[in-house]
Amino acid sequence: MQTNKEKELIFEMSKPGRVAYSLPESDVPEVELDAVFPAQYLRKQPAELPEVSELDLMRHYTGLSNRNHGIDSGFYPLGSCTMKYNPKINEDVVRYPGFAKIHPYQAEETMQGALRVLYDLQAELSEITGMDAVSLQPAAGAQGEWAALMMIRAYHESRGEKRTKVIVPDTAHGTNPASAAVAGLETVTISSDEQGNVNLEELRKVVGADTAALMLTNPSTLGLFEESIQEIAEIVHEAGGLLYYDGANANAIMGIARPGDMGFDVVHLNLHKTFTGPHGGGGPGAGPIGCKKELVPFLPRPQVVKEGDTYRLDYDIPQSIGRVKAFYGNFGILLRSFVYIRANGPEGLLRVSQEAVLNANYMMRKLAPYYDLPYDRICKHEFVLSGRKQKKLGVRTLDIAKRLLDFGYHPPTIYFPLIVDECMMIEPTETESKETLDQFIDAMIAIAKEVEENPTIVQEAPHTTIVSRLDEVTAARKPVLRYRKPAEENAVRKAEGSQANEGALV
Amino acid sequence: MNYRYLPMTTEDKQEMLSFLGLSSVEELFADIPEAIRFQGSLQIPIALSEPETVRHFTKLARQNVDSSEYAYFLGAGIYDHYIPSTVNHVISRSEFYTAYTPYQPEISQGELQAIFEFQTMICELTGMEVANSSMYDGPTALAEAANLAVGGVAGKNVIVSKAVHPEAREILGVNAKAQGYEVIEIGCKGGVTDLEALEQAVNEQTAAVMVQYPNFFGAVEDLASLEKIAHQHKSLFVVSANPLALGVLQPPGAYNADIVVGEAQPFGIPMQLGGPSCGYFAVKEKLMRKIPGRIVGQTVDQEGRRGFVLTLQAREQHIRREKATSNICSNQALNALAASVAMTALGKRGVQEMARLNVQKTQYALRELAKLDNCQLVYHSPVFNEFVLKVPKSVGEVNRELLRKKIVGGYDLGRDYPELANHMLLAVTEARTKEEIDALVQGLGEIGRAN
Amino acid sequence: MSKVVKGWLYSREHEWVEVLSETRVRVGITDFAQNQLGDLVFVELPQVGAEVVANQSMGSVESVKAVSDLFSPVSGKVVEVNSELEDSPEVINSDAYSGGWMIVVEISNPDELSELLSAEQYADFVLEG
Repeated sequence: MQTNKEKELIFEMSKPGRVAYSLPESDVPEVELDAVFPAQYLRKQPAELPEVSELDLMRHYTGLSNRNHGIDSGFYPLGSCTMKYNPKINEDVVRYPGFAKIHPYQAEETMQGALRVLYDLQAELSEITGMDAVSLQPAAGAQGEWAALMMIRAYHESRGEKRTKVIVPDTAHGTNPASAAVAGLETVTISSDEQGNVNLEELRKVVGADTAALMLTNPSTLGLFEESIQEIAEIVHEAGGLLYYDGANANAIMGIARPGDMGFDVVHLNLHKTFTGPHGGGGPGAGPIGCKKELVPFLPRPQVVKEGDTYRLDYDIPQSIGRVKAFYGNFGILLRSFVYIRANGPEGLLRVSQEAVLNANYMMRKLAPYYDLPYDRICKHEFVLSGRKQKKLGVRTLDIAKRLLDFGYHPPTIYFPLIVDECMMIEPTETESKETLDQFIDAMIAIAKEVEENPTIVQEAPHTTIVSRLDEVTAARKPVLRYRKPAEENAVRKAEGSQANEGALV
Repeated sequence: MNYRYLPMTTEDKQEMLSFLGLSSVEELFADIPEAIRFQGSLQIPIALSEPETVRHFTKLARQNVDSSEYAYFLGAGIYDHYIPSTVNHVISRSEFYTAYTPYQPEISQGELQAIFEFQTMICELTGMEVANSSMYDGPTALAEAANLAVGGVAGKNVIVSKAVHPEAREILGVNAKAQGYEVIEIGCKGGVTDLEALEQAVNEQTAAVMVQYPNFFGAVEDLASLEKIAHQHKSLFVVSANPLALGVLQPPGAYNADIVVGEAQPFGIPMQLGGPSCGYFAVKEKLMRKIPGRIVGQTVDQEGRRGFVLTLQAREQHIRREKATSNICSNQALNALAASVAMTALGKRGVQEMARLNVQKTQYALRELAKLDNCQLVYHSPVFNEFVLKVPKSVGEVNRELLRKKIVGGYDLGRDYPELANHMLLAVTEARTKEEIDALVQGLGEIGRAN
Repeated sequence: MSKVVKGWLYSREHEWVEVLSETRVRVGITDFAQNQLGDLVFVELPQVGAEVVANQSMGSVESVKAVSDLFSPVSGKVVEVNSELEDSPEVINSDAYSGGWMIVVEISNPDELSELLSAEQYADFVLEG
């Protein structure tokens, strides 16, 4: 049940004396805390955590979940995020005690099952991407990018070359230039041509002796396959640079084309996208990286290796960039993805990509008469539309997105890539039925008609959600980032010298 | 083979293709040059049905020793703790786990509010003013704190205690290399950070002084003294704190820490081979706009109703791109939710009680182990739930013998500290019973004796 | 239509410069700039005593979904900073030419002023832009 009332914060439900935990009485002789610690070490004021009963707790969080939209709630065509169905068996498997209740430092001989999962996943992701080795350590795509760029740096340095520039197309995810920056590298942005491909002339101009790598998403964030990928690879390699594959869009190519065969030297994958992570409301993810043999010596350590019938962790990688994350990566997410690969096999993964692409093309052609289609060619697993037609009628893409909420859909990614005016990036994924696609198409068409006939209804959307549009400006100008008890809040405001409303004190 | 995640029927496919004017799906891949097309079939095992999947993974899981049958005295950053049953029920609600980042606040109020509550709880525990929505893990959060402190200014260094987790220091080293700053490690005296050595090392170029609390050896650092030294030259004082220990210990915020980071795993997150866990990141208000990662803020909608949004986004990678100071774009939302539920379930009283139980069990183990003549407790600073024990044989051998008694022994400190060969780091949490502790003491007492 | 103040100087990066004396100028961003940026939520300015260099970054302004560099129109030493903007960046939106001033600079190279645009030139520049 959803209501349009404000939801209480858990702190506002709190009442001293209520508990939602059950710990045993101590079975060892008691010692006083002040006999263990000097008095000044002991906490003076307890942390003001909630005090609620177990039912209060469940009602609160169930109430919150009712105010949230997930894939299981409805269609979620959020471009570049691959919001496909998250299989339930994955969730069961990770909760097996033999996977959930194991410690990263227990002896290798006591975690052979877990190491085998990691070893096989390394091998299978290598096969799927056409790479020679894979590290599962990075916690997310962004961390994978960073780790792989550090490997690229180490590779060039090992050859006595100082290469500091990373080339990215203007369609790239924001993480690409950000990762380059935090890897101590400089970004050079190049434009795209009219077909949405990398501008080859510009690429030829910017490559040189300082080129460390070109980072490319293929299919691109426009959902388009770089048709000149072989030529791009040649240009970059000839200049002595490496080719980096951003695997955010790998859902389009499994079993069809492999980054390793396209000429890429390094890849990262977002397992929470293509391999059903799940997304978890923003994480945790997993961002494994793969590479060709020239880069294998620089992989993060440890790697999982197999000797005879035994799996072990190999720390002896002298040229390794080191560690980017504690332990061996996000095992729980890696395991879910491994179960997903098992459930599909080679034939299933191929069908996944074929059907993801078919769904996207179907939807693109159905919507093309109603929205501007900036790149009129075959798309891969996603496509972009522009709302510029609607903009002329005073309706922005943001409004269209908000209106979709009223139809029960999560909107597409909007205003990205940056090069398309009033952009909408739509990724239906392969797990949606034709009926769902048709219903969404109908909703988009209905909105396009509303824009012409009754734009206000779109401009003022959403009308049916538990809150209307939120004031993001005030949120950023006068940030309120935590709850404080009313009395405390007033004290803080007073201390800050602003005019606290004394009347609010109860 | 049936593919239950693929709803498209042959008829659907035909209809869609004919609408597109195509005869086969292949034609949709005509833009991929023939020369780079993958030929043949991926060399991965064929699909398993659901019952086969269950059988296969049940078997693999059984090849691991786990804490449902073994008593774990292993910690070193990941701990076996009580997880309230409610945690799994909440995080299994698919409205949470199948959602993306809450970019559309109108239909993501549940997640946003849960994160806002998480931020508040972290502030409460650490005694800090602002917390973000979470980080990958504690060690990467520490490295991000160093990056923030240095802020891209050339010639800066950060000082880190050797009593900080070795893996955290290794990750810090990779970050320092990436961004071109120096890391200076300070040794220990009696299992805590050497204050004199620290005082000598700190100078105007020091962007941050970083310690762990309790430290890697389990000892409670003297934050009051450390803070004075750290702030002598206006460096930021960064503390990596176990949030459970803050149920009984003074929070770093009370010692004027500038940044507090750590690992929320003790609250509701299973060990699962060390990941995913959940890092947290809290700062003083003056650093609010420099904090990495996502932050949720409170605001109102057009009708004046309270609501929540992602805020201060201009700090983040998708806006700053090459000018960003951190590239993180996800958080550990689902694990932050798990931690929130656990912190809520434990609540004000439970967190104190659970922390106190850790101290009690650890003190009992210490008293009993002190009676052994073949093992020695080497440090004497007060500890929370971990401590160092010198054992008569290599740690590997000792652990193999303990394993026969269904005990998972401690961490081998010789791995990272050559001077501490044959020393193990033991953790005794509230999850251990007196019986299990007695078995550990007995097992250790038997090591090296003929029987 | 965005406003300009006659008699003041303007940079191509949309800063205004009010000459206070032979050696001192006050700097802010133009009405056109604030309009383009939208509701500002935060301003980062140099501190008193800092050196700024013409055409180089001296700080930044943030709106909800964007961050933009501020480029100093002159070189010199910052002698005053409008600290009110720290808590109320919205003043720039409502009052770009007076309450929204950002810094006062003791200029080190008065010749730089001749490279700036007049109000009329700036108005044309914006129209062409």
